[in-house]
Amino acid sequence: MEKITGSEALMRSLISEGVKTLFGYPGGAIMPVYDALYNHKEELNHILVRHEQGAVHAAQGFARVSGEVGCVIVTSGPGATNTVTGIADAMIDSTPLVVICGQVGTYHLGTDAFQEVDVVNVTSPISKWGYQIRSAEDIAWAVSRAFYIAKSGRPGPVVLDFTKNAQTELLEYHSEKVGFIRSYRPDPGFTPDAITAAAELINNAKKPLVLVGQGVELGDARKELLDFVEKIDSPCGCTLLGLSGFPSEHRLNMGMLGMHGNLAPNVKTNQCDVLIAVGMRFDDRVTSNLKTYAKQAKIIHFDIDPSEFNKNVPVDIPVLGNCKHTLAEVTKYVQPNEHKEWIDSFRPYYQQEYDKVIDKAIHPQTGPLLMPEVINAVSEATNHESIMVTDVGQNQMFACRYFKFRKGRSVVSSGGCGTMGFGLPAAIGATLGAPDRTVCLFVGDGGLQMTIQELGTIMEQKSPVKIILLNNNFLGNVRQWQYMFFDRHYSFTPMLNPDYEKIASAYSIPCRTVADRVELAEAINEMINTTGPYLLQCVVKEEENILPITPPGANVDEMVLEIND
Amino acid sequence: MEKRQYPYSDCETCGKCKGLPARDTSKCERLYTIMVFSENVPGLLSQITAVFTRRQVNIESLNTCGSSIPGIHKYTITCVCTENMAKMLTLQIERRIDVLQARYYVDDELFSLEAALYKISTPVMMNDSEITEAIRHHGAHIVEVNPVFSTIEKIGRTTTIFDLFDLLHEKGAVLQFSRTGRISLTKSKEEYLDKFLAERENEKILSVQNNN
Repeated sequence: MEKITGSEALMRSLISEGVKTLFGYPGGAIMPVYDALYNHKEELNHILVRHEQGAVHAAQGFARVSGEVGCVIVTSGPGATNTVTGIADAMIDSTPLVVICGQVGTYHLGTDAFQEVDVVNVTSPISKWGYQIRSAEDIAWAVSRAFYIAKSGRPGPVVLDFTKNAQTELLEYHSEKVGFIRSYRPDPGFTPDAITAAAELINNAKKPLVLVGQGVELGDARKELLDFVEKIDSPCGCTLLGLSGFPSEHRLNMGMLGMHGNLAPNVKTNQCDVLIAVGMRFDDRVTSNLKTYAKQAKIIHFDIDPSEFNKNVPVDIPVLGNCKHTLAEVTKYVQPNEHKEWIDSFRPYYQQEYDKVIDKAIHPQTGPLLMPEVINAVSEATNHESIMVTDVGQNQMFACRYFKFRKGRSVVSSGGCGTMGFGLPAAIGATLGAPDRTVCLFVGDGGLQMTIQELGTIMEQKSPVKIILLNNNFLGNVRQWQYMFFDRHYSFTPMLNPDYEKIASAYSIPCRTVADRVELAEAINEMINTTGPYLLQCVVKEEENILPITPPGANVDEMVLEIND
Repeated sequence: MEKRQYPYSDCETCGKCKGLPARDTSKCERLYTIMVFSENVPGLLSQITAVFTRRQVNIESLNTCGSSIPGIHKYTITCVCTENMAKMLTLQIERRIDVLQARYYVDDELFSLEAALYKISTPVMMNDSEITEAIRHHGAHIVEVNPVFSTIEKIGRTTTIFDLFDLLHEKGAVLQFSRTGRISLTKSKEEYLDKFLAERENEKILSVQNNN
């Protein structure tokens, strides 16, 4: 049998795992792998990013919209440590990634060799699994195990630390397929008792409320959720990452949960009698004050990860398992029901929010452009069918509030980690993960500059990212908190911005700046109808506040709709 | 001399909950023994201890070695925390890919022992008959004697090991002292790890059949 190098074995293993797209950046300790990659350019589409952090975020965007594992290759030392933010982000947001880092040769390990960093230990608390490949013989097994772990169960990032000697050693390659690990139960399976207990509680509920988390999308359970919710006729609220898990315009969708979510589902959380959480983790941005959160309700929690049960909120009935299966099963046992009066009781809250916040936000008649009207107009112009990528901050909160979703896997946002700079590279990945869909990125002037070098990747790849820059010359979210909670001390939040048109021009990206709402619709159409990337700079109100808000420490039903100056 | 604080096995938060079924699992703190079984792979110890660090729980003792089953490692860890926290710790430890099983126990559910070595001054010992009496009384053994120091070994529960230490310390005899940390066996008639491994073996067979 022919002998091949470890690097060639890596290529074959990646191809065997179905990898077609890679994001990466070469360097000294990974050069043999890049040499092997040179001969596989037809099968493996390598996207050269401009910074390793961008590679991980791009892989996250790719994974989130495609449902596949995002794959990253970087060098050792700084190349590896530059991936840390993205790995942490992927861990907390359950995004399947395999990050392959170069490493110094085995003989140099532990000697503080050039560009040596103990990346497996650095990333251990923020990765699902990590492994150092010290021998070429391990490659097929380690790569297959990495992909199996990354995508199965609750997905997450896996780190493979690939020593240089393992990259160059010769071996007789045999493909491996890991489909079972004794110590790892990715899908624990449900118990019938939990299903029937949940069904009984749901059947007796007079005021049920379903909380939709990203687990619905990860479990590919949108249909199962829809069938379940329609059968029991329960209103729903979605978490930020769960927004496209349930159609935005469905009569039972009451909006977004959380600090900047919609009034009705937040208030009703503290009025419902049965709270049914599906694939969500009761994050503090959703629950606000835990001491008063849904104390009146019985709580049913569907989740694939047993460590999520009772972590933040005591649960009456935990239902362990993949919600694709558990929801389908519980739907068999629940009775068709109607909760008209309960559902109608959400409307006054919606109307209140509409009158005081939404209408003014998306239909302003005078004054500077507002972020919500831009987002609303883009969503409508794309028929609510495009992929929404956000950065972090006000752009993110407004986008999640005002963008609408008709299709699944349409939200790419940094939820748990809140990583500024996530948006631009993640949008590049999203265009590759869903090449047939329109990808709209909402980004602020702060976040854009954190990973602005990825405009180079967009230029090179001609990635059709529609960049909507919401430029308010501020770090808007921090400024809002300074305004509300720190006596308006605008401590280092105003930003002197560069000329983004010139920057776009330098990267050969078509660009237009809009400051007048009269031009907005036409500018959006121009952006959508332009083939390839486009930067639409919207000059928006500088000191705009996201409302409603649940102030820190307040109860979930104590949302503030207006700020009195 | 300041009295040594032993890790306590009964709740000291409320002081009244011993033996009561309605223990407040979110408030009552007591000593828990967490037993972890894992595949024998490098790096797991730091992953397991990191769970305690992140939850700000101090490890009172930690003992790790190969188990009776080849390739499976056993960790016996004690810590003082609430039952809710003990549950969270075990679940988060079990999230680590190479961990087979993690469970928490209170003292009543375990047979527990630890070993200790005391290096004491031979002249002090020879001049105080209470010391040799105490060594006999505690069931400890003198394993080495020379004109400078003597070495005592004792196997027993943590509290009795510290009782002997306190006595020797009060006499000014102790030169060095070392404990192994707790090792435990469950009193349950059910062997949880065996059951888990048997289940997984069946699931492996099914998995292979399904893939074929």
